[in-house]
Amino acid sequence: MTLQLIVFIVLALFIAVCSVLAVTTSRILRAATYLLFVLFGTAGIYFQLNYSFLGAVQLLIYAGGITVLYVFSILLTSSQGDKAEKLKNGKMVAGAVSTLAGLAICLFVMLKNEFIPSHFVHGELDVRTIGHALMGMEKYQYILPFEVISVLLLACIVGGILIARKR
Amino acid sequence: MFDFSIVTQWVHSLLTSFMPEGLAVLIECIVIGVCIMLAYAMIAIIMIFMERKVCAAFQCRLGPMRVGPQGTIQVFADVFKMLIKEIITIRHADKFLYNLAPYIVILASIMAFSCLPINRGMEVLDFNVGIFFLLAASSIGVVGILLAGWSSNNKYSLIGAMRSGAQLVSYELSVGLSILTIVVLTDTMQLSEIVERQADSWFLFKGHIPACIAFIIYLIAGNAEVNRGPFDLPEAESELTAGYHTEYSGMHFGLFYVAEFVNLFIIAAVATTIFLGGWMPLHIPGLDGFNTVMDYIPGFIWFFGKSFFVVWLLMWIKWTFPRLRIDQILTLEWKYLVPIGLCNLLLMVIIVVFKLHF
Repeated sequence: MTLQLIVFIVLALFIAVCSVLAVTTSRILRAATYLLFVLFGTAGIYFQLNYSFLGAVQLLIYAGGITVLYVFSILLTSSQGDKAEKLKNGKMVAGAVSTLAGLAICLFVMLKNEFIPSHFVHGELDVRTIGHALMGMEKYQYILPFEVISVLLLACIVGGILIARKR
Repeated sequence: MFDFSIVTQWVHSLLTSFMPEGLAVLIECIVIGVCIMLAYAMIAIIMIFMERKVCAAFQCRLGPMRVGPQGTIQVFADVFKMLIKEIITIRHADKFLYNLAPYIVILASIMAFSCLPINRGMEVLDFNVGIFFLLAASSIGVVGILLAGWSSNNKYSLIGAMRSGAQLVSYELSVGLSILTIVVLTDTMQLSEIVERQADSWFLFKGHIPACIAFIIYLIAGNAEVNRGPFDLPEAESELTAGYHTEYSGMHFGLFYVAEFVNLFIIAAVATTIFLGGWMPLHIPGLDGFNTVMDYIPGFIWFFGKSFFVVWLLMWIKWTFPRLRIDQILTLEWKYLVPIGLCNLLLMVIIVVFKLHF
């Protein structure tokens, strides 16, 4: 057992336990907190892979951005002591079936897939390379999705203003 | 210049000489973690003492004087008092979240603290996206504040937390924009590299006009990020008793308190690192004799000296200006600081493209 493997096992257990807790707890803010822990764990795995850019983005966007948004909207809408109702048996069965189906599909894909041999370069990825890949126009570069997402964000802002100022 | 990496390499080779590499790395990680916590606590104590003395000076008082010479042991007495106080549990509150919230705040603060380069070879977390990671780590603190306010089961806490959320999320934008302005100038995000590039002159002087504007914006937004000064709405004593940590007692309150003071230091230290050269001594191109004399002062003295100078500037602002209203705070951010920051970024890009900087 190397140190790397032990760290990975700890992170994986942490992520698995927290994600189960996030869906089984009946209080919505606790669920959001467990989700935050899951996102921390994922960021930890990125850092373990030495991909610090993705790890930092994970922390900034998901943990520091989206979770704050969730918590904020929970604060605005629900009051202290709200609890989710107990699930009916029919819904429980449907949920279990869909979970198992999802697990089966994931396992099938993962076991069937032939992984290409890893050509992992040790050391950190240069930020310049990431920047060029994000803003370049050639093959395997991502200027179009980048711009499309900015249009989506603009649409969200306009929609937010429209809802907020109904006159 | 004293290079601290000699010490770390000596320790590493000593440990690897009689144990496997993995174990040595593990031990080093634990030792460094303990060192960071100790440094964190020490800086918190110094900051609290400084705050009380500076505040007293601005109000023509003496501040703590009774305990120890010039009151220097007062803060230790306060810390001891805080440690032995009872931690009160609130009825009808979500106990898990209530107890968790201060630790999230302190975790974010420690993660940001460990990114700071203190001396040459004395940086703990030094990714090539260092400054970006620092922003990411410090943005987690908001979650802790929101959880604290919600789980206290108290309307003052909730209002404080909501104000804090709105304020922190907005002002993060200005902090990010002013840091980005300097990243454009340096073309690197690694903190140690940013300091190295200021060897000939600090960025505040190199980037002249846009760097000065960014520095001022950063100081204003940084002050708002740590809930201080004219921006202390989340814990406005006269309106909300103590805001989001009203219901906290004992060491849980202590953690919020310590995190707030060290966050102030972190804001000042980041300002030092990216605008004032971090641990790099004052070098003036052309005056070689002067530069050599300056090199004899070790880097960490420069770092702490400059950081505490910026802390003093922020304390001066805090004890001079009255508190703003929440709508004034949001107007200041969204209608003034963000547009100015964006224009300033563009100005910096123009200056870098046409090589108008020094």
